[in-house]
Amino acid sequence: MNNTITVSCTKKNLKPIRDFVTDYLAGFTLSDILMNQIVLAVDEICANLIIHANQEDPSKSISLNVSEKSGMLRFEITDNGVAFRRSEYKEPNIEEHVRIGKKGGVGIALVNRIMDKVEFETAGNKNTCLLYKKIK
Amino acid sequence: MKITHEIKDTTIIITLDGELDASSSVILDEELSDPEIMTYSKILVDCESLNYISSAGLGVFISHLQRFEDAQIKLIFYNMQDKVRNVFEILGLDLLMTIVSDYEEAMTIADE
Repeated sequence: MNNTITVSCTKKNLKPIRDFVTDYLAGFTLSDILMNQIVLAVDEICANLIIHANQEDPSKSISLNVSEKSGMLRFEITDNGVAFRRSEYKEPNIEEHVRIGKKGGVGIALVNRIMDKVEFETAGNKNTCLLYKKIK
Repeated sequence: MKITHEIKDTTIIITLDGELDASSSVILDEELSDPEIMTYSKILVDCESLNYISSAGLGVFISHLQRFEDAQIKLIFYNMQDKVRNVFEILGLDLLMTIVSDYEEAMTIADE
C-alpha cells in the first residue's frame, strides 16, 4: 500500500491531501467526529506549510507519509520551506481574536488539541512535522 | 464550496454547500465583506451541506463576528453536522457564536 503523497504548494492541493488521509483512515473503525478531527489536524499543518513556509510556490512541494503501529497513527509531513518556530508560538485567545477581528492563527491550536503528540524537527533545509494519534 | 443566498425581509439566509478550507474560505470572506450584508438585521447560515471546516473557515466567521455584533446584526448557524460542530467546540466557539438545531429555531431566536 502506498502511504505517501507528494503535492506542489498550492492551496488547491489541500483537498487531495484530505482525500488521501480519509482513504487511509477508512481501513480503521473510527467515528465520524474522530475521522474528521484527524483529517483536520493534517490539513491544518499542510495549509501552514503551503501558505506560510512555502508562500504557495507551486515549484515547491510537501510530502505526507502515514503509518500505524499498535493503534498509534503517525503522520510525517516534510518540506523544504521556512521552519516553524515553536518557541515563538503562543496559544491564541479566541475572544481577543473576535474582538479585534483577526482571521488567522487558530490552526495550530486545533492540531495541539486534537493530536496526542506534535513534533517539529529541522535537519539541514528539511523540516519534518510529526503528528501522533492513539486510536485503539 | 458553493454559496447561495436567499433574502426574506430583513433576513439573509446563506447556504454553504461543500468544504470550507484555506482555499475555498476566500469566497465566503468576500460574501461576508460585501457592504450590502450590513443592511440586514439577521444572517442565518444553513450548514446542512457544509461537510468540512478548517481554521481558515472558522477564521472568516471569527473576523466578522464583532463587526456584526457592533451593528446589532444577529449571526445564527443552523443544521450543523455533528463533526463540523465539534470543530467549533474544540476552540470554544460554540460559546461565542449562536448555533441552533434547525431553521425554525433560528428564526425564533432571530426574532427575539
